[in-house]
Amino acid sequence: MSDATVPIPRPTLAVWKFASCDGCQLSLLDCEDELLTLAKAVRIAHFTEMTRASTLGPYDISLVEGSITTAEDVERIKVVRANSRFLVTIGACAATGGVQALRNFAPPGEFAGMVYAHPEYLDSLDTSTPISAHVRVDYELHGCPIDREQLLEVLLAFLAGRRPVIASYSVCQECKARGTVCLLVSRAVPCLGPVTRAGCGALCPSIDRGCFGCFGPSDSANCDALATRLKGLGTSESSVARLFGTFNTAAPGFAEQAQAVRVNVAIADTRHRTPEEPRP
Amino acid sequence: MTHGARSSRTISAEGISRVEGEGSLRVRVQDGRVVDVALDIFEPPRYFEALLVGRHFTEAPDITARICGICPVAYQMSACLAMEDACGVVVDERIEALRRLLYCGEWIQSHALHIYLLHAPDFLGCADAVELADLDPIGVTRGLDIKRTGNLVMQTVGGRAVHPVNVRVGGFYRSPELDSIRALAEPLRRARDAALETVEWVAGFEFPDVTSEYRFVALDQSDRYAIDGGRPSLDGHTLSAAQFAEIAVEEHVERSTALHAKLDGRDRYLTGPLARFALNASRLPEVARDAAAAAGLYAPCVNPFRSIVVRAVELVFACDEALRLVERYEPPVQPAIEVVARAATGTAATEAPRGLLLHQYDIDDDGIIRRARIMPPTSQNQLSIEDDLRRVVENGLSLDDEELQWRCEQAVRNHDPCISCAAHFLDLTVETS
Repeated sequence: MSDATVPIPRPTLAVWKFASCDGCQLSLLDCEDELLTLAKAVRIAHFTEMTRASTLGPYDISLVEGSITTAEDVERIKVVRANSRFLVTIGACAATGGVQALRNFAPPGEFAGMVYAHPEYLDSLDTSTPISAHVRVDYELHGCPIDREQLLEVLLAFLAGRRPVIASYSVCQECKARGTVCLLVSRAVPCLGPVTRAGCGALCPSIDRGCFGCFGPSDSANCDALATRLKGLGTSESSVARLFGTFNTAAPGFAEQAQAVRVNVAIADTRHRTPEEPRP
Repeated sequence: MTHGARSSRTISAEGISRVEGEGSLRVRVQDGRVVDVALDIFEPPRYFEALLVGRHFTEAPDITARICGICPVAYQMSACLAMEDACGVVVDERIEALRRLLYCGEWIQSHALHIYLLHAPDFLGCADAVELADLDPIGVTRGLDIKRTGNLVMQTVGGRAVHPVNVRVGGFYRSPELDSIRALAEPLRRARDAALETVEWVAGFEFPDVTSEYRFVALDQSDRYAIDGGRPSLDGHTLSAAQFAEIAVEEHVERSTALHAKLDGRDRYLTGPLARFALNASRLPEVARDAAAAAGLYAPCVNPFRSIVVRAVELVFACDEALRLVERYEPPVQPAIEVVARAATGTAATEAPRGLLLHQYDIDDDGIIRRARIMPPTSQNQLSIEDDLRRVVENGLSLDDEELQWRCEQAVRNHDPCISCAAHFLDLTVETS
């Protein structure tokens, strides 16, 4: 696109991917109504999923998806940071390590050995860690996946030079706002709503499903109290551990409750058949 | 500029764009022959098959959805069917119809994304859809409208477009209201018209004259164009998903975090739109068959660059099929059937937008997963994509390096590879030494 029609240089936007599913980046492409307008307001300088074109930094805003799981990525994120005025992480992987952080609780190398015949071919760390464990982060947008409207709010805020207006209270408040009857209280359905950050609009309880914590811990979440309550309602210890131990399993608050998942992994047959071991 | 005088060249692309995930490509040419092709997958492994072990069987749909943000429904559906296979249950027709509607939403969203935002810019010499929108604003807007409709279907049935929340083993958490489903009819009618225009639009592109030899594998659902289940079909016969899982052997090679699948540990094969169209075109509804014929597309199509036309025909199909399901929708009596765990192995495959996706699980009497095997489309297609690259380079030796590199990237995008899926996949380097 010719820049000749735009007299003032537009801010540059870069999108980076680390260990992740691409779903949070896709949320940007899912802004069908805003995408072309956005592309006029900012110059998309690097976004591999969307464009062949890539220009060198520095960039005004970098959106970072994914967690750090390889030695190479430990170095790559530093380069991204050094080239970005604002670094905003998008999604649970970047904020807390994602579902792949379940390996953090396993003996080193165990997961690689279960999936790959030749773990020695891999450049893979024994842990999946959030971006903030490696570089300074200017803003973390939570969710597995992130909410599209929240992403637009964050972009608009950074373009305008203000803090994003994103709720830090829990899913419970969203249920109250939409008038959903509490599943936990009325039907003893295990629900992480009391300790999970708002943002999805309390989707799951609205379809008779307990919250499973996609957005990670809310501010001042009391996970111990909720875990005790869930067990008191008859939820097994391993079920409680599994409930906390999914997409934000390594998040402070959730991690302590999730540890018990390991109990099950240890008893499971972890042998992975390789081509050298034909199936029976 | 030509390279007839040079004995060797290397074409490479680091960080192939407009694909889902991270990979690179390297092709080495000597004396006009391609001597080496490597599609490297650098996507960091996330070990899903390991982290599923010890989880409850009901968790597999939500956990495996996180393998891919572009085709989460495919993961959810293959996981549900595999678990239901293990537990010996089959959902009723209304639940099945609702699953197929949700899956149509994902096909519409994913195909519109691939055709308009990821693949069409190659044919029109644009870096991306934003540049394309300057040339053809009406076209790109049409694509975004179709995509929005796919997302609307996913939100209405699944709760949200990325990682839907309403799917569970046995069915759904809540049956969508009749009115909310019926309200999809009007946007789907418009999307079907827009999809028909899409077929005409892409059929007018210029296609490099490359043909390949493929061994096609696609699911067979006897009475319809397979999406949400069926038996793998190859070489004129069908197998059970479990039998197919036996013969599709995966290898771990050094340059890739995606396992490579081969039939009988030996032969490459191809899944996805070209395979489905080759094997199942007669089962497309009339509106899609007519659109294909008008575009001059007949089965089998073996020019991989024309996959964009096949994808557009499938887009017509998915909109038409979704509309049919919407018009006949009756809310399931119970949103889900009861599924009781038993110690067993369950295997199932469904058609993700980019190809066949197979899940296999061993579960125990407590419903705990003891072993998981996930065979995504891109692992299965990778060797065929490499073979395509060999043909594309040999056919394109008169192009200069930059043009040839772009064409190689385009050839990779022909198959809409999902690299996050395959790593449990892509950069391009064409080396002419």
